[in-house]
Amino acid sequence: MLDRLQELHDEAMKKVADASDLNDLKVVRIAYLGKKGPITEVMKGMGKLSAEERPKVGQKANEVRESVTSYIEEKEKAFEEAALLEKLKKESIDVTLPGRPVSKGGRHPLTSVVETIEDVFIGMGFNVAEGPEVETDYYNFESLNLPKHHPARDMQDTFFVTSDLLLRTQTSPVQTRTMEKHEGQGPVKIICPGKVYRRDEDDATHSHQFMQIEGLVVDEGIRMSDLKGIFATFVKKYFGEERNIRLRPSFFPFTEPSAELDISCAMCHGKGCRTCKHTGWIEVLGAGMVHPNVLEMGGFDPEKYSGFAFGMGVERFAMLKYGIDDIRHFYTNDTRFLSQFTRV
Amino acid sequence: MLVSYKWLKEYIDIDEYSAKEVAEKLTRSGVEVDAIHPLNKEITNLVVGKVVECVKHPEADKLNICQVDVGEIKPVQIVCGAKNVGEGQYVAVARVGARLSGGMKIKRAKLRGEVSEGMICSLQELGFEGKLVPKKYSEGIFNFPQEMLAGEDALSPLGLDDTILELDLTPNRSDCLSMLGVAYEVAAILGVDVKVPEPAIVASKEKASDFVKVHVEASGDNPYYGATVIKGVKIGESPLWLQTALIASGVRPINNVVDVTNYVLLEYGQPLHAFDLDTFGSKEVLVRRATEGEKIVTLDESERTLSGEHLVITNGEDPVALAGVMGGATSEVNDDTVNLLLEAAYFDPGPVRKASRDLGLRSDSSVRFEKGVDPNRVAAAGLRAASLIQQLAGGEILEGPVEFDQLNREPREVSITLDKVNNTLGTQLEVEQIERIFDQLQFPFKENNALFTVDVPTRRQDISIEADLVEEIARLYGYDHIPTTLPNTPTTPGGLTTTQLKKRKTRRFLEGAGMHEAISYSLTTAEKEAHFTENVQSRVKVALPMSEERSTLRTTLLPHLLDALSYNKNRNSYHVHLYEMGSVFHTEENQVTVQPEEKTYVSGAFMGLWHEHSWQGEKKPVDFYVVKGIVEGLLSELDVNGEIRYVQYEKAGLHPGRTALLEIDGKEVGFLGQLHPSTAKEWSLPATYVFELNLQSLMEGTEENLRYEAIPKYPAMDRDIALVVDESVKAEDLQRIILNHGGKLLTRVAVFDLYQGENLAPGKKSLAFSLRYLDRDKTLTEEEVSAVHEKVLLALEENAGAILRS
Repeated sequence: MLDRLQELHDEAMKKVADASDLNDLKVVRIAYLGKKGPITEVMKGMGKLSAEERPKVGQKANEVRESVTSYIEEKEKAFEEAALLEKLKKESIDVTLPGRPVSKGGRHPLTSVVETIEDVFIGMGFNVAEGPEVETDYYNFESLNLPKHHPARDMQDTFFVTSDLLLRTQTSPVQTRTMEKHEGQGPVKIICPGKVYRRDEDDATHSHQFMQIEGLVVDEGIRMSDLKGIFATFVKKYFGEERNIRLRPSFFPFTEPSAELDISCAMCHGKGCRTCKHTGWIEVLGAGMVHPNVLEMGGFDPEKYSGFAFGMGVERFAMLKYGIDDIRHFYTNDTRFLSQFTRV
Repeated sequence: MLVSYKWLKEYIDIDEYSAKEVAEKLTRSGVEVDAIHPLNKEITNLVVGKVVECVKHPEADKLNICQVDVGEIKPVQIVCGAKNVGEGQYVAVARVGARLSGGMKIKRAKLRGEVSEGMICSLQELGFEGKLVPKKYSEGIFNFPQEMLAGEDALSPLGLDDTILELDLTPNRSDCLSMLGVAYEVAAILGVDVKVPEPAIVASKEKASDFVKVHVEASGDNPYYGATVIKGVKIGESPLWLQTALIASGVRPINNVVDVTNYVLLEYGQPLHAFDLDTFGSKEVLVRRATEGEKIVTLDESERTLSGEHLVITNGEDPVALAGVMGGATSEVNDDTVNLLLEAAYFDPGPVRKASRDLGLRSDSSVRFEKGVDPNRVAAAGLRAASLIQQLAGGEILEGPVEFDQLNREPREVSITLDKVNNTLGTQLEVEQIERIFDQLQFPFKENNALFTVDVPTRRQDISIEADLVEEIARLYGYDHIPTTLPNTPTTPGGLTTTQLKKRKTRRFLEGAGMHEAISYSLTTAEKEAHFTENVQSRVKVALPMSEERSTLRTTLLPHLLDALSYNKNRNSYHVHLYEMGSVFHTEENQVTVQPEEKTYVSGAFMGLWHEHSWQGEKKPVDFYVVKGIVEGLLSELDVNGEIRYVQYEKAGLHPGRTALLEIDGKEVGFLGQLHPSTAKEWSLPATYVFELNLQSLMEGTEENLRYEAIPKYPAMDRDIALVVDESVKAEDLQRIILNHGGKLLTRVAVFDLYQGENLAPGKKSLAFSLRYLDRDKTLTEEEVSAVHEKVLLALEENAGAILRS
């Protein structure tokens, strides 16, 4: 009987080895290991054996079963793996085809400039103040030390609505409005971004509408050297660590002393090139110590308080930062222009 | 202001500095030099020649053959085409090998058989601007007005070795509208002395007051009037130095008398006027306000109509000059003039500015009077001019001048302490340093215990308060030397307000949704706006618009967004989605008298595909629901609380069936929808969708109050239902019925399908909703959910005729 079992084992193992798919294995399994299979048949004849032989045959039968079963399982696994591999191969795609685009818009470059500058100043303890675009003559001019018929009004050609109402020519009126709200108590530390309007023909460098950012610091003991310090910090944060600043005397009716702020040219690092008109410097903003009349009109005592104010053109900053050559690009809203700033 | 460097050197000794160095120093201390123009850019080999013989060319009518002495043994032959060439003239000769302005090179030539060795030049050929060339020479060659040395270099006598500094003056520095003013400024920077001219005249025994009387009615407008009488002048051409000085300053030479008045205007900054005494019309000068409608013909031969706000010089009857602006034509100095009345006066800025504005007439004179001239230079300038006229045109200066004088010439006293200077600038200057600066400025001062009392010279009208002195000190000390510090005041927390943060969130959201931010002009036309609103009357209009295009402040952001879509479409961008956030201006008044209400709106405009993935064949055009999704998302982003409703709506400019009004708690806050096809056509746009929201009302009253809510411990149960209803029934109505009857357990309702067509009766549609039931305290049973669900179904049937679709 033992020989018969060995014979069956060899037969079954050969059939398993010859099986070419899962179905063949199923047939072998049923044929040899099934309830009606030859091994079961052999086992049934075990009753006729002596007590001595029975366990030997039993053990052999189990060994044969296990051996065949494990070989079948092994083969099954191999077939499954091959089948899966085949399937995955068929599922292969062209990974070089373009992906599904995620729609993304973007901020206008002027807004980017405003927000970045706001954030730099917020980091230095400033708040953001806003004011109306249709202003009164008082806030736009008179409270800024520009009484009617002041020659410096010529510098700003104004869109009047009535003799007293106008489209603000500068964001400076927010200075007075903010000082009034503080009722003579410092500190005031604000920047005021916004749209302003002047009667200019639109061309590559002029626009009848543009954006400014005004800044104002009023407190006891504010000095012109502080203006320099705040700007050195701002310029390094906004334009880069390697940029230097210089102040030049200038004139604004609402500041005294007044200054223009230049930054070293990024193109030539101060050596002089076309961008900086061979001076090595680029003019970026106007500033100065708040004129005592302006402090007074804003409700602050000029004997006790002092301050500095500054104003910058947002378009100019954007043009310098991104190398834009025509101011009109900002207002045509051409998506070929706008989409270049989505990364900002 | 154009400053001739050569002329400037007559007042200050600055030979050791180049024009470029001086320009740089001026700019760095507050008087900006906008440009430096060397007058001679490339001319070489230009000499003075004397025409010793001039004959007609035998072969050409228009040519002359000239023998020109150029300082050599033999004269050279030059063929010249100018009509005004003649024997005995001293001319500018470009010799063979010379270069002229514009790079032209002079070669030996043969003109109709005659050799020509060089060229006799016109001023234009030497690079002078045509409008500055004296009339006499404007059509031909230049003649030196005086005897010269043949063969000497001609560049220097012609002033071509000069350099011009172009000053860009700030309005406060009108003192630098004069050569002397610039000289004082440069002297202060370099620490040198100023040589002021000291005119000397020999007056005759005759008295000017016998020939002319001066009456000033408007003494406030004209506190000083000085009339000098000069008899027997000979009008002629000015000497070369005077002509070149004027040309360098951008003034065209006319004749010796007029040139002197212009020269002194440039030198002292004091405008003067010379009248022909014989055509003046009387022996009386009367200065008064013009009468309403009074007329004068000015020097430029235009008739001007005046008003009571303008000041005139009259001969007692008729105006002979528009005070401080321009003289009259009748008493103009011309070639026949013999006797002069020379006016030196102080006119108040007000009436001069008024006349200049009203008449659109700006002159070198009005520009200076408008800003206020130096009261201490008025009479001195008159004297200087009289002396130069006598020197150049001869004549007798009568004893005088005849004056009306109420002019205040006192310097202004301004005080400042050393501490104030240092506290304002953040410097640590010493008394001596400040003293040195005042000395350089030539400001007389007294110092007592670190208090400076300064008598500010009247030439510096811009200095009146201590801050002005601080600036003078700072700019001469050098802004570069001011230290760099940070405020040593308590720190303040900086930040954005809730509204400002929400504006940023709005931007981020719309950009994330795929929209580009647009910024457009606030000024628009009433016509464009009329597409969206009937009420065109109450608009804010600018009084004097530059064009109709920019005449009215916008009340909606849509027209310019549509302009932008159209602009993009014309440049082959067809799928464009833009938003803008900005102010709109509403007024209740027909004629604006108070500031209009400014509201922040956010609007969007969409055209073309919303989504496209071409190789997968996906193309999703923008439709109403894309726009609504964005609006819904924005409201959620802004945490708008209150009941949000989208109400079917008809609005000008929009599709009547595809527009919704957005209401929050019953209050209108905006609209969204498709642009009316005929409006779209006006802008040449395809199907276009828009929204416009009053952002201000969306940001109101919402406070940040986000609290964590426990995640449910028990499972929810979802029930999906498909309802057949009449086509007219709105999804919102069904949703409301479901919510009203779902009780506490119903936590969510969402539409997930809309079906119309086969298997449904005509006029019917099927809407499918997904309902979620949840009990936060225990696991729901089928029975509990079914009980509520049945109630919901019943209510749907009763209230909306909704039948469960089998």
